[in-house]
Amino acid sequence: MSNGKPQSHGKGKGEVETTGHSWDGIEELSNPLPKWWLYSFYLCILFAFGYTVLYPAWPLIHGATPGLLGYSTRGAEAAEMKAWQAELAPLQQKLVATDIAAVKDDPTLLQYANSSGAAVFRTYCVQCHGAGAAGNATGGYPNLLDDDWLHGGTVQAIYTTILHGVRDPHDPDTRPAPDMPAWGQTLQKADIANVVQFVLKISGQTFDATQAEAGAKVFADNCAACHGEQGKGNQDMGAPNLTDAIWLYGDGSQAVITQTVEYGRAGVMPSWTGRLSDADMRSVSIYVHGLGGGK
Amino acid sequence: MAFLDKHKKIETNATLLLIFAFLVVTIGGLVEIVPLFYLNNTIEKVAGVRPYTPLELTGRMIYMREGCFYCHSQMIRPMRDEVERYGHYSLAAESMYDHPFQWGSERQGPDLARVGGRYSDHWHVDHLINPQSVVPESIMPKFGFLMNTMIDGKYVADLMRTNAEVGVPYTADDIANAQADFAAQDDPNADSAGLLKRYGEKVNVRNFDGKPGVSEMDALVAYLQVLGTMVDFSTFTPDASR
Repeated sequence: MSNGKPQSHGKGKGEVETTGHSWDGIEELSNPLPKWWLYSFYLCILFAFGYTVLYPAWPLIHGATPGLLGYSTRGAEAAEMKAWQAELAPLQQKLVATDIAAVKDDPTLLQYANSSGAAVFRTYCVQCHGAGAAGNATGGYPNLLDDDWLHGGTVQAIYTTILHGVRDPHDPDTRPAPDMPAWGQTLQKADIANVVQFVLKISGQTFDATQAEAGAKVFADNCAACHGEQGKGNQDMGAPNLTDAIWLYGDGSQAVITQTVEYGRAGVMPSWTGRLSDADMRSVSIYVHGLGGGK
Repeated sequence: MAFLDKHKKIETNATLLLIFAFLVVTIGGLVEIVPLFYLNNTIEKVAGVRPYTPLELTGRMIYMREGCFYCHSQMIRPMRDEVERYGHYSLAAESMYDHPFQWGSERQGPDLARVGGRYSDHWHVDHLINPQSVVPESIMPKFGFLMNTMIDGKYVADLMRTNAEVGVPYTADDIANAQADFAAQDDPNADSAGLLKRYGEKVNVRNFDGKPGVSEMDALVAYLQVLGTMVDFSTFTPDASR
């Protein structure tokens, strides 16, 4: 800088040849590229050619050249899956071979089932049942922490529900659960109001005595077939118990019960057969069973 | 290397520069694109993949219109972590009737390539109306307005004709019955024999949003519920060369 010339690693005009190009009197000096840059550039070209020899690259008539290393993304995935499966196979085979109710007696198996079941739950179940398995009453997704079960709370029953789902249209073995009909189409408004008061009564909430009395007959005629004469529900039909304080839909208030009776309900749980392996379905059953409400 | 000294000729002649630039780009295109048209292993031969039903095709258009692909990919890569989470990696055959395909490149939300059948219709409706009601940490916007727009499939035959033009094998019969099939798929009480005959027994026929009439919500959920469910994996043999 001290001599006033612009700082440059190259040589100035007159000290070095020009490229011979001249545009409107502006000439291009032919300074050599820095050596480190030039050799890195040549190395990159060499690397690229080496890469195409080692990995699949050049398209030919019947497919691309496979490359000397024989690498393929699908092959790598298959190999990694196989390695993991081989590692877990002894535990998974034992889990599948063991009666699901007896897994709790084998500490190693139980530990495996709980950890892998938790992972399966976090991946596939939390979207409906919630991250903490507390369900979601606004949408009618059951709470799995309490001891109120729609289709049975034994580990075997939970496993069956996971295997085949509830009202899954594509699984012939799905949980037989008749839809709750939309009674608004068949019952009078007054009858609906009365039967709602009756449900409020049997669930221990404040109710109108006159209406509830009239509602008792409506209940016996229309609702008892599924929910039972006492309204205690029926697990064979997936009909909820109406006498406790646990509600599948909303908070059990008069407004929500009226909506349920008028428009009906038919919650669907997909069948997981085919999507999850048997070992994974058993693991997640055991995990859910162990959440607190299992019977 | 004498010819390298002649580049002044190209650089001062726009037409010549254009011709050579075109040649270079053509070579790139030939090498990268043309093999895909004739290589046998570009699209695997698997059973089960069918063209979308009129209702699903409409749902696909709504999916694109709302820009779902900005945040959701439809491409499960062959890697263990993805396969464990989303299911079998995607096959080229699965998007062979997609024009354009929805592979996407962004994953603000999860991949949707195999979302079909994974959740109930009811969940999809709840989730589209208010995603945070079922997934509290979700950043997805609300799409409840889809419930309010009723659609009648008036133009779905034109849409199918356009797809047929670019290679989707819709038959004249499919196109003639487009509007009837459109309505039949959303109504479990309708006569859906023709629909099932044309698109297979596995087609989901039900009222997707639980409300009378066909809304945009019905179409979108019908589309989501078929994603990734068509391929019969028993007919798939992994080819080690890819």
